[in-house]
Amino acid sequence: MSRTTIPACRSLEHVVSRRSLLHTMGGVIGLGGLNGAVGPGLGLCGGLAASPAIAEAVKTGGKRVLVIFLHGGVSQLESWDPKPGTDTGGPFRAIPTSVPGVHISELLPHTARQMHRLSIIRSLDTRNGDHGRGQREMTSGRDQPAPLDYPHLGAVVAKTATPPGFSLPGHILVRGGGGGAGPAAYLGPRYAGVVMDNGEPPAHTARPESLTMEADQRRSLLRAKVNDRFAGRRRTAETDAYTQSYEQALDLLTQRHVFDVSLESQRDQDRYGPHEFGRHCLLARRLLEHGVPFVQVNHSNYDTHYENFDFHIEQLGEFDHPFATLMEDLTTRGLLEDTLVCVMSEFGRTPRINDRYGRDHWGTAWSVVLGGAGIQPGAIIGRTNANGTAVEDRKVDHGHVFHTILRAIGVNSSGDFDVAGRSHPIADPAKGPIDELLT
Amino acid sequence: MSTPPTIDPTKIHEVLAHKHGRPLISCCWDPQDRYVCFGAENSSAAGYDDLLYRLSLAPAEGAAAAVPVLGSHDSWVWALAIAPDGETLVTGGYDGRVSWYPLAHPEPRASRTLHAHDGWVRAVRVSPDGRAVASCGNDRLARVWNMADGSEVARLTGHESHVYNIAWHPDGSAVVSCDLKGVIKEWDVATGACRRDVATAAQLWAYDKQFRADIGGARAMAFRSDGSQLAIGGITKVTNAFAGIGQPLVVVLDWASGEPKLIESKNSGNGVTWGLAWHPAGFWIGLAGGGGGGWIRFFKPDAAEDFHALKLPANGRAMAVAPDATRIAVGLADGTLRIYALHA
Repeated sequence: MSRTTIPACRSLEHVVSRRSLLHTMGGVIGLGGLNGAVGPGLGLCGGLAASPAIAEAVKTGGKRVLVIFLHGGVSQLESWDPKPGTDTGGPFRAIPTSVPGVHISELLPHTARQMHRLSIIRSLDTRNGDHGRGQREMTSGRDQPAPLDYPHLGAVVAKTATPPGFSLPGHILVRGGGGGAGPAAYLGPRYAGVVMDNGEPPAHTARPESLTMEADQRRSLLRAKVNDRFAGRRRTAETDAYTQSYEQALDLLTQRHVFDVSLESQRDQDRYGPHEFGRHCLLARRLLEHGVPFVQVNHSNYDTHYENFDFHIEQLGEFDHPFATLMEDLTTRGLLEDTLVCVMSEFGRTPRINDRYGRDHWGTAWSVVLGGAGIQPGAIIGRTNANGTAVEDRKVDHGHVFHTILRAIGVNSSGDFDVAGRSHPIADPAKGPIDELLT
Repeated sequence: MSTPPTIDPTKIHEVLAHKHGRPLISCCWDPQDRYVCFGAENSSAAGYDDLLYRLSLAPAEGAAAAVPVLGSHDSWVWALAIAPDGETLVTGGYDGRVSWYPLAHPEPRASRTLHAHDGWVRAVRVSPDGRAVASCGNDRLARVWNMADGSEVARLTGHESHVYNIAWHPDGSAVVSCDLKGVIKEWDVATGACRRDVATAAQLWAYDKQFRADIGGARAMAFRSDGSQLAIGGITKVTNAFAGIGQPLVVVLDWASGEPKLIESKNSGNGVTWGLAWHPAGFWIGLAGGGGGGWIRFFKPDAAEDFHALKLPANGRAMAVAPDATRIAVGLADGTLRIYALHA
């Protein structure tokens, strides 16, 4: 039997990840006696999980982050920074919001009524028009290309905000189109994103039909017996890490219902709507209610080089109502004060309208929205010029947004991760938070 | 009295180029042959007073004099129509409004404005007898209005996606509409009832699974003058919706049976059919624009491809035919309105 090779850093987190175990444990599920790590309320189904008592229990677990990633690059002019009546403004009008004096695009009427809970940064200048680079920069807070792989925001939040004993993944990516996997880089695969493609439960978390419950239990008991005998004579940190990760994975398998949005009430499913993004927003609520520290929901796609206006009607039409419903629910359930919400893209879109009614890639002057935990509500940070071609005030980039998100949930973003004796700054040391946006 | 020129599309040539500056999005020709009206993307200079213009064709007023048509829209004016008597211009905009204007007034201003649709008004058409206006839009509705007083004559409900275009049958007996997904309906204006689902031009719609969005719709629609055929233009064979990678297509339906005939282009490359008109000399005229540039295409009713095409200097976005059918006007993305003669 070959020996496991330990990475040079000897970090236990590098030895084995929950995800890698899941790939090898497809048959393990239904072991009700092994889920002792399930926290209060966390194993309950949707109707109960929605109760204020559970929300209160989750609140005590720490802060959470929800990222809505609008893949392809949403147009700031058709969303957060409209410029009607200008040569770049396009055909849509601006509408008032619940914050006096603040207007957003008429394509977001439901979100407009939630703006007193959100703030807009209208002064991003990320100097980039490449999709892959934009995704990496916005989710890692670091300029690309970089000499080192940096962890995704979700990995950093999972590392810093996962309560002790929490048995679900700390970093979940709900992909409705669009790529990205939430790499953990030097933090180790334990903090890498667990992907729910199209909102389906993570892969390999169901017992195959060919494996009976009884056989599965016998197999697991045999494994435990052999493992105990081995540990009794040759127990090491490595074997402990394997055992811990295996048991965490078993906990996850027994909580597969957490990922099943159909367990939410029919009324709520109707409120969020039948579209995929609506289901994913309701799933995000469910995951946050179960205490998952970081949830990212992708919505695709906004890469509208052609017929930008038709496509933004359709895409933002899908986004608007479910997102506003989610904001309302996070508020009424008492979760928003501990949940930071961010709506971002890899970049914005050109003010210039091309000859196919499209807008192209644009990182020079665009917008991101933040709200919830630690964020000043109803604020507008920065300003673009009259037709949106340049930032006039408070220029920031991905690094500043990354610092701000972490600082808002109580993480000292100027601190360092100590990984096997090597210090890694949590966020770009050359940048800092947008202080005026923090409460 | 001069002899009418012999129509020959292969001799098409430019006779006027009016440089407006801002990209054009719509145009129509006055039945009295005095004006061509056009809509444009607005500029930052004039707010909402530079969305719509009336270009005079009368030499006495100057060959290229354009005056703004003021006063009702605060968004792009996508749809234009002029009553058969040439007295009234009707417009529809992204703002959901439909407006009436006295076309020949020295300083034309809106005389009536309706909130006609929730969202983008995609087409307006005046009935052959000039007594009614039909409109359609993103609220999945088609509506018919009394031309004289703006009252609603009929509300045509039944489409399940955005209604992209509308047309009157030449005999005035029916309105036909087509939506994003190519569903074509014939309506009884008197009762508001759907007479029949004529056909579904499925070739003109696709759902792009990669980008997770719909693309398609009737971007142009016109009847043959005898009412025997209905032509619908759009985009087909889409391989990348967000880059507009697809081919311009015209679907010509036999009006009685709904049987479709597909007419593709051998010249125009990627793009959309943005304009269609039947020429009394016995051929269809199409306008295409997109990644393959702008093209005016000519094709016979019994052919599968165009018999002639003219490459335009920029993407074509809107087209209108002169009342004597000797010229066509094209609104281009480069901010130019160009008029072409269809004869030597």
